[in-house]
Amino acid sequence: MCAAGNWTARFAPALERIVSDAEKLRGSRPHIFIDVSQVASLDTFGAWLIERLRRSLSDASAEAEIAGLSANYSSLVDEVRRVGPAPRVVSDPLSISGMLEQIGRTVAGIGGTIIGLVDMLGAVLVAAGKVLIHPRSFRLTSTVHHLEQVCWRAVPIVVLITFLIGCIISQQGIFHFRRFGADIFVVDMLGVLVLREIGVLLVAIMVAGRSGSAYTAELGSMKMREEIDALRTMGFDPIEVLILPRMLALVLALPILAFLGAMAALYGGGLVAWLYGGVDPEAFLLRLRDAISIDHFIVGMVKAPVMAAVIGIVACVEGLAVQGSAESLGQHTTASVVKGIFFVIVMDGVFAIFFASIGM
Amino acid sequence: MAEEDNDAIIRVRDITVQFGNTRVLDGLNLDVRRGEILGFVGPSGAGKSVLTRTIIGLVPKVAGRIEVFGVDLDAASTSQRRAVERRWGILFQQGALFSSLTVRQNIQFPAREYLRVSQRLLDEIMVAKLVMVGLKPEVADRYPSELSGGMIKRVALARALALDPELVFLDEPTSGLDPIGAGEFDELVRTLQRTLGLTVFMVTHDLDSLYTACDRIAVLGNGKIIAAGSIADMKASQHPWLQQYFNGKRARAVVA
Repeated sequence: MCAAGNWTARFAPALERIVSDAEKLRGSRPHIFIDVSQVASLDTFGAWLIERLRRSLSDASAEAEIAGLSANYSSLVDEVRRVGPAPRVVSDPLSISGMLEQIGRTVAGIGGTIIGLVDMLGAVLVAAGKVLIHPRSFRLTSTVHHLEQVCWRAVPIVVLITFLIGCIISQQGIFHFRRFGADIFVVDMLGVLVLREIGVLLVAIMVAGRSGSAYTAELGSMKMREEIDALRTMGFDPIEVLILPRMLALVLALPILAFLGAMAALYGGGLVAWLYGGVDPEAFLLRLRDAISIDHFIVGMVKAPVMAAVIGIVACVEGLAVQGSAESLGQHTTASVVKGIFFVIVMDGVFAIFFASIGM
Repeated sequence: MAEEDNDAIIRVRDITVQFGNTRVLDGLNLDVRRGEILGFVGPSGAGKSVLTRTIIGLVPKVAGRIEVFGVDLDAASTSQRRAVERRWGILFQQGALFSSLTVRQNIQFPAREYLRVSQRLLDEIMVAKLVMVGLKPEVADRYPSELSGGMIKRVALARALALDPELVFLDEPTSGLDPIGAGEFDELVRTLQRTLGLTVFMVTHDLDSLYTACDRIAVLGNGKIIAAGSIADMKASQHPWLQQYFNGKRARAVVA
């Protein structure tokens, strides 16, 4: 048989069809020559397809041969002659035991997550203790930098969103309470809800999405590029240098943001109550003063730093768990936000039970 | 350098590249001839990588003209540009392998996107490329993070060669390799150039590579090509940097 024309990558799809047609001639004749003297150009694709044809036309009795090969291409053909079979892709077959194994691994993974979080909490506390003993090793610049990132720069979006939520709560409250002529109780609802729950919870969720993900991505890409290993080999503790300032910034930032958020929500609620519900500001403030006590405010504020610590620890654990690939960075950043929000809500529930039992 | 060269596969004319107020390349001219291995040297920070990235279109230029395969890349339509891009392969300094794909998927990626061929052929070509760059087929299902530095360079070269390009850009291919590995890599580039008829544009710092692999050498300095020619031309040059580079202590060690 005779091959002619361009045997290059561009024409590979057509060449592959030609070759698989030609392979059907296998065994039809005792000795086959593949004449390639008419081939105008040849590259790896073409050379391999000719080699593949040669192999499939060869059998135990007779070896097919390539004839008329020009000198330019002989080394290329020699090169592809060394090519062996491709290794198979190893893929796990779908099976019941495989699925059960997956479930088992996931459950074990939950335990691993909790151990990882406790481990990180301990490491951060140890680092904090060291800093207390040697205050000079505290990284003030870094802490201030992170404080700017997670607190100062977050103020506009946090205030805007909590303001709008305050407006919505107030509008919905008035709309439904009006039917019972209980318009004024919207102030009670707004005050308690915002100061105890919504203010801090909403802000914590925003911070988990905004700063938790940033922490994970930063630490993760540092891990990927071996920056954390470099730090460790220079005798620095990554927990002390990277994580403690971030944690501290977050623990300081969340109460501030929660306070601002609560104020914005009350302001928004008050504005809507006035413009939509006809509760004038003076009546609103008077009612607010009766409806809420300092306890509500304290309950909200006490939760803030704890939630910040949870978000920070989850973010740092996930960041340090990043492996070498971009995909892994994405997975851990997602996990950081999802787990962060989950633990914030769990903590909120725990606090609700705690405060109820101490009567606050 | 300004003389017209009809056999030039890359023709760079009066290229100026500027970052802010810093002029990195200043009216640079360069020809790369078909079938040669051009070694491109110059002091660190002189803009060797910048020129490479300018030619392949990753860095915008202020002025000048670049022709690759006779196509003016500024005037080219998107489809013309695509066609040019299919005919070149690029080995980045750090390999730039896709970290979430295996070696197999990395090498198959260009062919899978551009050619409608069977998975069988893709696998076979992938093995052929691995063999060509001197790796065992067993590494096919590893991820880039599980490879050594030298293996990453080889896999990246295999990916650069995936579509059997006519022109290959190598950005410091031997940096970070041990001398034996680097020597093997030079040998590999030479062999591939012979078997596949490649034109190679190689940015390098490695004197050994210049001696063993390159047909011609171009030297960058002050944003211009200060010299181009064979090793002998370089050593004969009176330019102080060239004197130091090719006749310095390390250079003598290479020759001896």
